[in-house]
Amino acid sequence: MHELSLVADLFTIIEQQANQAGAKKVTKVVVSVGELSGVVPELFRSAFQSYKKGTIADKARLQLKMVKIKFKCRSCGHEITARNIMDESFSYLCPACGSKEMELIAGRDLYLEKLEIET
Amino acid sequence: MEQKKKELLVLEDILGSNKKIAGQIRKKLEEHGILAVNLLSAPGSGKTSLLEKIGLKLKDNYRLGVIEGDIETERDAERIRKIGLPAWQITTHGACHLEAKMLAQIFDQIPADLDFLFIENVGNLVCPASFDLGEGLRFVLLSVPEGDDKPKKYPEAFLTSQVLVLTKCDLLPYLPFDTDRVIKEALEINPHLKVFKTSATTGEGLDELCAFLEAELKERRSQHA
Repeated sequence: MHELSLVADLFTIIEQQANQAGAKKVTKVVVSVGELSGVVPELFRSAFQSYKKGTIADKARLQLKMVKIKFKCRSCGHEITARNIMDESFSYLCPACGSKEMELIAGRDLYLEKLEIET
Repeated sequence: MEQKKKELLVLEDILGSNKKIAGQIRKKLEEHGILAVNLLSAPGSGKTSLLEKIGLKLKDNYRLGVIEGDIETERDAERIRKIGLPAWQITTHGACHLEAKMLAQIFDQIPADLDFLFIENVGNLVCPASFDLGEGLRFVLLSVPEGDDKPKKYPEAFLTSQVLVLTKCDLLPYLPFDTDRVIKEALEINPHLKVFKTSATTGEGLDELCAFLEAELKERRSQHA
């Protein structure tokens, strides 16, 4: 629901980075999207398309890299990737040792990974 | 001049500006010994009613303040002021969640000698979960009429909270709500959740919830002393 405000923050970073690098144009924007970041890719994409007009990234393509939700067990080190968090049988207990100490190590973040620029 | 294409590795957190401000708020709250509680739930789950009831129980012994987040109107802040507590309304004008910078804007108005600062987020079980406000504790509320299938449908809210408050439990006899299922599924998402069964109407569970808050305040203050 708040993809537009996230895209606004994304553009603050894009413009800052592009200026620093002396870019004339940004041609590609690569964002990594955690599956648990709350971001809906389609909404993020359309917010990006409308926000980019008139900016340095006017013609830029947006690539979204989805990052799977991953937990690591603090007790035994076992790692699991959650295929589908809404899976009825999914449990956050460690499948290897049953520990409750599962730490979320991937899938919550939203990162600007890289830019392709023209100088 | 020849155009040159190149790739720029950035790796910058898009939520970074919120996290930074939230970190500053958390530091200030800890310095002042204030325990801030961020309340998340769908609209109509009873956040304001719960705050009214626990506010009345705690206000004689503790200094309390309430930040009310809503899309429009001062209605919730007015309800809190009616029971004699200071309340600050943040109206987001359409935004579906509170952000740390919204809190930062009113932070100067919050007295430094508070014990508890309750932050009632915008009614929404999805978006507020993604935004750290610098709180010490996060409560997720789920009311009995909403249904017992919610934890797995909205995992982030349950995953990022420390406390699950089931509200409107006085309605349990009238609704097909399986309390055991909710608690089981919530604990599968987050085994560390503390669960309280409450009713603002009958008062069920409110003393236990207040005792928990008092113990948390005491423990945090001894840690930061």
